Amino acid sequence: MNEIIARKQLGPDVVRLDVVHPKLARKARPGQFVILRISEDGERFPLTIADTDLPQGSITLIFQVVGKSTALLAELAEGDTILNLVGPLGRATEIERYGRVLCVGGGVGAAPLYPIAKALKGAGNEVTAVIGARSRALLILEDEFRAFADEVRVATDDGTYGRHGFVTDVIADLLSEGRTFAKCWAIGPVPMMRAVCDVTREAGLPTMVSLNPIMVDGTGMCGGCRVVVGGKVRFACVDGPEFDGHEVDFDSLARRLTAYRDKERRDYDGCRLGLNRPHTKD
Amino acid sequence: MTAANGKNKTRPPRVPMPERPASERVRDFDEVPLGYTADQARVEAGRCLLCKKPQCITGCPVGIDIPGFVKLIVEGKFEEAADRILLVNALPAVCGRVCPQETQCEIKCVLGKKGKPVAIGNLERFVADWKREHGGSPPPPVPEPSGKRIAIVGSGPAGLTCAGELIGSGHAVTVFEALHKTGGVLVYGIPEFRLPKRIVQDEVNRLAARGVEIVTDAVIGKLDTVDELLDEYDAVFIGVGAGAPMFLNIPGENLVGVYSANEYLTRTNLMRAYDREHADTPIMRSQRVAVVGGGNVAMDSARTALRLGAEVVYIVYRRSRVEMPARAAEIHHAEQEGIRFNLLTNPTRILGNDAHWVVGMECLRMELGEPDESGRRRPVPIAGSEFVIDVDTAIIAIGNRPNPIVPQTTPDLRTTAWGTIVADEATGRTMKERVWAGGDIVTGAATVISAMGAGQAAARNIDAYLRSPEPREWKVDS
Repeated sequence: MNEIIARKQLGPDVVRLDVVHPKLARKARPGQFVILRISEDGERFPLTIADTDLPQGSITLIFQVVGKSTALLAELAEGDTILNLVGPLGRATEIERYGRVLCVGGGVGAAPLYPIAKALKGAGNEVTAVIGARSRALLILEDEFRAFADEVRVATDDGTYGRHGFVTDVIADLLSEGRTFAKCWAIGPVPMMRAVCDVTREAGLPTMVSLNPIMVDGTGMCGGCRVVVGGKVRFACVDGPEFDGHEVDFDSLARRLTAYRDKERRDYDGCRLGLNRPHTKD
Repeated sequence: MTAANGKNKTRPPRVPMPERPASERVRDFDEVPLGYTADQARVEAGRCLLCKKPQCITGCPVGIDIPGFVKLIVEGKFEEAADRILLVNALPAVCGRVCPQETQCEIKCVLGKKGKPVAIGNLERFVADWKREHGGSPPPPVPEPSGKRIAIVGSGPAGLTCAGELIGSGHAVTVFEALHKTGGVLVYGIPEFRLPKRIVQDEVNRLAARGVEIVTDAVIGKLDTVDELLDEYDAVFIGVGAGAPMFLNIPGENLVGVYSANEYLTRTNLMRAYDREHADTPIMRSQRVAVVGGGNVAMDSARTALRLGAEVVYIVYRRSRVEMPARAAEIHHAEQEGIRFNLLTNPTRILGNDAHWVVGMECLRMELGEPDESGRRRPVPIAGSEFVIDVDTAIIAIGNRPNPIVPQTTPDLRTTAWGTIVADEATGRTMKERVWAGGDIVTGAATVISAMGAGQAAARNIDAYLRSPEPREWKVDS
């Protein structure tokens, strides 16, 4: 169990891993996440499940290298084992037949969005997907979205591919074309989710976002992942990770994410210099 | 000097527990009490009157034969003394360290009427440690396999005790733990300086050696539901604890630098954040810390903050010293180490700077009014008494609610409005067929030993049930 059976580099800092855990694969639903730990000294950190493969009993994780833990995870090769893998955690997305839905993924946020969009399509919704990245090389899962979505639009910040601009510009295009949607999902960096919510709030389009606060156990025990939604404190790990984006206090979320930035930067730098690597890896 | 037993026999005073000096111990996470030597243990054990009708046993939630093991210490049979305890208590090295003996066995001790009671907890710790370090007696033989399988959800004190009892009755036992390490609150909550992790691990290893199967990284309710466990197992015991932290619901509680005690202690204990050189899990380098609460968890958090390098650590508690629920030893140790007690003080908001980092805690002075439903005098705010404590970190240690995952994913398991599982106190039976529960998930946050008592009671009822299944005819008030 927990063996990596496939590893693929999707972009400069984006890696896809298929990890064997048959029961987890069977139980996982779109929107849920896992907690991982890679070495005895390692921290516990969450990653959203990007896909499952029941015949081979595996789950797919797609992540961007943003710090020491993700850097160490990216170093693992096929045949390596993830020390601890816990899940599926969090509440699953409410998949229903809503009609026409809009699915917006920013950067590596396209990965957690993918199973949700696919399940929405499977439930009979007409799916418009908007995926964006800073640059063409960083865009992920375009083919995968095109394989099922009714429409896929792409935006890059630098204009190297698709529409030159942000995903919010694409949403504005869609709305100005007179397109209407029953519901929207937006997953990506905090500023991107906040910007999407500003646009969809204006348009009266209900929008779900998937939040990624700092957490330790992932089972409701530490309370580190608390977020303010509609003026109430909620725990992203057990009450989320999906919440009504129009009610989320993104300011407080963004600030709480800075809590350990100094240490994270130090550890990551040490890691890139080849220090602090796990002593053994098999 | 105590005249006891009606005779004019002089008894030695209670042997004090040797401890590391406060100035030394606050710089590391090593254990504070050093434990009795064999000589000290025999002297202390010799104080026991070996009462014909021992009251101490009635104060023990798991019913340890206290005079029995104390007498064996007097005779120098230390391992036999430990084995005597192990008959009913799978975790003696833990209990000897964390039980509130002063309100349980020791308060019943006859010697306590005129002097100091026998130091039962210190003696329990001594024999358990002696067995771990010197012992060689094999574990009790496992009886004829019953062919029955039991799933235990949660590897804290309730679950481990239940597992120990059931494996001893010949059943096959599997313990499921959500975290990557077994022990529950014993490893994520109680700090190393009070309960070294190797001691918990050793007690777990002993259970594993007797055949208990342990599965970590398994969140029951998510990976398997209780109903799915019932397909594979003859009975399920739920001991998932009260692990959901409560907050004060005051302004500023979401600032950076506000921790639940659970998070602060989990980062430090389970994830070893104190080992800043090796551990990846970060924790703030706090200088001035306020811990809100007056229980053991508050004392643990405060003393942990000190060891992590804080210059000043406050306890902020809304009642007075006598109402503090912490063990006497914990309060005493905290005072020795220089924790500052702000009693009759209640936080009203936490103050932050522009970057949303904590810079202070505004509090109100309180006075004690009439007793409330708990029997303790209710704290009443003194109008206009606001003042600000200069802190960069706030730790909220005001209690925990039951963890919601199992109740939420087990539809026909009845729960109270408070979120606890409804279960019969004497047997641990829930309203759901073949499901038992015990510990904090039933009672709300309580003590290690009461959870162990519940695990033991449930195990005995499970054993009786599995040996002669009977229709359910009992009812539980809900």
